[in-house]
Amino acid sequence: MVRNYLKFIGFFTLLSGECFGAEGGMPQLNPEYWVSQIFWVILIFGTLYIILWRIILPKINANLENRNSQILTDLDDAQKFKDQSEEKLSEYNNILNQAKQEAKKILDGTRKKVNRDIENKKNQFNLEISKEIENAEKEIKTLKLSSIKDINKIAIETSSEIVRKIVGTEVNSSSVSAIVEDTSKKEITKYI
Amino acid sequence: MSTNPMHQFNVYRIGPEISFGNVDISFTNASLFMMISAFIIISVFFAGTKRKAIIPTKIQLLTELSYTLISKMISDTAGSKAKPYFPFVFSLFMFVLFCNMLGMLPYSFTVTSHIIVTFALAAVIFVGVTIIGFVHHGVGYLKLFIPSGVPLFLLPLIVIIEIISYLSRPVSLSVRLFANMMAGHTMLKVFGGFVISLGIIGGWLPLSFAVALTGLEILIAFLQAYVFAILTCIYLNDALNLNH
Repeated sequence: MVRNYLKFIGFFTLLSGECFGAEGGMPQLNPEYWVSQIFWVILIFGTLYIILWRIILPKINANLENRNSQILTDLDDAQKFKDQSEEKLSEYNNILNQAKQEAKKILDGTRKKVNRDIENKKNQFNLEISKEIENAEKEIKTLKLSSIKDINKIAIETSSEIVRKIVGTEVNSSSVSAIVEDTSKKEITKYI
Repeated sequence: MSTNPMHQFNVYRIGPEISFGNVDISFTNASLFMMISAFIIISVFFAGTKRKAIIPTKIQLLTELSYTLISKMISDTAGSKAKPYFPFVFSLFMFVLFCNMLGMLPYSFTVTSHIIVTFALAAVIFVGVTIIGFVHHGVGYLKLFIPSGVPLFLLPLIVIIEIISYLSRPVSLSVRLFANMMAGHTMLKVFGGFVISLGIIGGWLPLSFAVALTGLEILIAFLQAYVFAILTCIYLNDALNLNH
């Protein structure tokens, strides 16, 4: 490999020497400034190396790491926020469900209470009505009874008057009343 | 002289002559373009890291993408143990890439088209990887040269081959980059020269070739920087994990 390279260089030297003889071959093989070039390349490359190593590369590295950590924390934050929002959503759903159930319970309770109230009121009303009816019936009965007495009295008076008019004599009122009472007792059952 | 395809690779001194002892280390056009590349890299990355936005700006995205590209490459090929060497591989990739790309501009100089530059980088990698290997595994690092499951009588031969291939790593690494860069730029220059010499009538064909080649060269500029970095990662993997 080395020999090939040397051949290659020699060929080029010869070529350039033959064709462009004026300057005497490849300037690369002219050792006049070799030391100068070695000196300057080491000096300049060394300076470049130290500046890049000490000043610039740490900056780039810090920036890249900074960005990476920033991205990671951002992703973490995003995940955290997502979790939080999901938690909040489930909490919200829970609250909503609870509220729905409560509302249902309240509704049911109220309905039952209202129904009970209605029932109570109805019963009370019925009771009152039946009491009223009873009272009325009692009243009617007493009225009927009192009216029978009155009727008897009127019947006695009328019959005694009729007898006096027809017969023309005074009638014993007690016997008339006995007869009336007897008849009325017989007939009264038809009305009471 | 400007029609010489090798002319673009000439190195010349800019400014005063600087010597260290009696060694010449003058500032050259190559040094200038290395500096420009390094300067562009640093300015781009400073601009890209100035604001630390959570949603990145375009230039910030560029820096972050290159960071993740290299960091993924090194963790895929060399595992998590290679993390401390990430800044080195990153700077290497960026430096080679910007030197290659800057070379694509007309009238610029391609730093990586010089064997000595790529070899210096490869030698640093080679020496570094070898030191890392010995630090992590001690003398056990030499087991790298003894593949498992080889018949005993073949072992001496295999070990010699392994050692040669290990030693040729810096050569192959540097020559690959240098040869690709040089060949591409030479070719572009040759086609450019054809455009001039064939004139307005015949010059269109080499011009279209040059345009197509420019696209290819940009691809190669990126690819070679990538290959350079990934081979470094593979060598690091050998040194760190020793799973031959």
